[in-house]
Amino acid sequence: MKSPFTQSEILELREQFPILSQQVNGYPLVYFDNAATTQKPKRVIEEIVRYYSELNANIHRGAHYLANKSTDLFEATRECVKDHIHARQADEIIFTQGCTDSLNLVAFSLGSFLKPGDEIWVTEMEHHANFVPWQLAAERTGATFRVIPITENGEWDWKFIEENLTTNAKIVAFNWVSNALGTVNDAKRMCDLCKKLGAYSVLDGAQAISHLDVHVQDLGCDFFAFSAHKMYGPTGLGVLYGKLDLLNQMPPYRSGGEMIKEVRVEGTTFQDAPFRFETGTPNIEAVIAFKKAFDFINDVGKEKMHQHEQFLTDICDDALKTMPGQTRIFGSHTDRIGVLSFQIEGVHSSDLGALLDQQGVAIRTGHHCAQPIWNKYKVHGSARVSFACYNTENEVIYFHEAMKKSLNMLL
Amino acid sequence: MIETKQKEIIDDFSFYENWMQKYEHIIELAKELPALDEDEKSDDLLISGCQSKVWLKAFLNADGTMSLKADSDAIITKGLVSLVVSIFNNEKPEDVVSARIYFADEIGLAQNLSQTRSNGFAAMVKQIKLYATVFASQNKFENG
Repeated sequence: MKSPFTQSEILELREQFPILSQQVNGYPLVYFDNAATTQKPKRVIEEIVRYYSELNANIHRGAHYLANKSTDLFEATRECVKDHIHARQADEIIFTQGCTDSLNLVAFSLGSFLKPGDEIWVTEMEHHANFVPWQLAAERTGATFRVIPITENGEWDWKFIEENLTTNAKIVAFNWVSNALGTVNDAKRMCDLCKKLGAYSVLDGAQAISHLDVHVQDLGCDFFAFSAHKMYGPTGLGVLYGKLDLLNQMPPYRSGGEMIKEVRVEGTTFQDAPFRFETGTPNIEAVIAFKKAFDFINDVGKEKMHQHEQFLTDICDDALKTMPGQTRIFGSHTDRIGVLSFQIEGVHSSDLGALLDQQGVAIRTGHHCAQPIWNKYKVHGSARVSFACYNTENEVIYFHEAMKKSLNMLL
Repeated sequence: MIETKQKEIIDDFSFYENWMQKYEHIIELAKELPALDEDEKSDDLLISGCQSKVWLKAFLNADGTMSLKADSDAIITKGLVSLVVSIFNNEKPEDVVSARIYFADEIGLAQNLSQTRSNGFAAMVKQIKLYATVFASQNKFENG
């Protein structure tokens, strides 16, 4: 496989990211921690500055020029999100504080429908954000919390799923792409199964959003959650998509201003979605600048990004296999994207991370907020490299050299 | 003397030009520190607050000084553990309690360590001082 980008296209792309041109510990920064957060293109950064320089006003309430203007831009991003993930209407798009917040919202609000005997299912490869909120929902409601195991290859165990998921399953929460392994799961098949069983499907799209085309109606999921910061947008902002009729039946998660229809001493009535779930002044700067992240992705082309990241993953996989020491690469080798999670026999990932950092290479080490996976593999965690569209073949070659140098010191 | 030992460490590190060399030295120290036997690595000896596992054992010697045995599953951590152990080993617990540990700042280690590692380092020193406090009161009891 080759990269769809020419050398000059990549350079042009990189120039849009001011942070990438810096030196770290005396070496050019090689940023391979994109699954944690991606860097931001100039247009996103500039839009945040423009917001505070020219637009700042509270939204949805002001009867003045700035309030109207910032409200329009805020709502324009909602439209943009709707188009990007192919939701039916913009009201199905709720802005939250991040993917974790989105998942907590569903777990709390949808979770309130649960009763003893109902089952909540998650998978063994979930991020803690799509695991712990469901454990708590089970504790609150008396529902049973159950876990779908993964195979040695880091894929869902479909045999187990077909034998164990019954009409008792009321909610199934799962990720599309694993943050710890990079495995791309068959989300569509799981959504279909949920429909058949009458269970709500809650899809964690945090890692999928920057790599895959998202079409929530084709997937047929009831909920889809992701963060802006993992797709070149600002931090502190997430999205929850939900089917509108469902959202409007769900009780509020947080309460206060904005989300109410009428407040009386005797009781309060609530707005419909999305405002029902958006109380308080939101992260306006982030929402407005988020639109620029979509513009960036649309300009570059998601399919091209995907192919380029796949190319980097493949050459990095080959490089890792020629490393000194015994290398174990976790996760699916057939359906995987942008992430390589590995461990080298006798080397603690934190040591490797420290020595790579000294050479300017940023990777993630540890359990990646997905401890159940590592309990399964009986290791303390892994070293993880994760790619974005601005990473290059030369960076992978440099990483390979830095790895060899580190391992010669550690082994 | 705790003070002299810290100065020696600072001197040793001033010899290295960059952090890769310093890490190389830390890794050498780790390799020299005797490992704990597997059956000695019990969970109650673990220091909480470290990204990697650190086991620490402390003894009060017959002459009233204290000694330490420690290990880690990460080699850089083990090297750092080795530095701390070498400073406090065979010192009077009373001196350990009152010692100010500044070598990590002096050699730039504190700035170079990630926040999680720094917290782990602080947790280790705190744990040693806790042991020392107990030993100091035992000494006082026996002498009194």
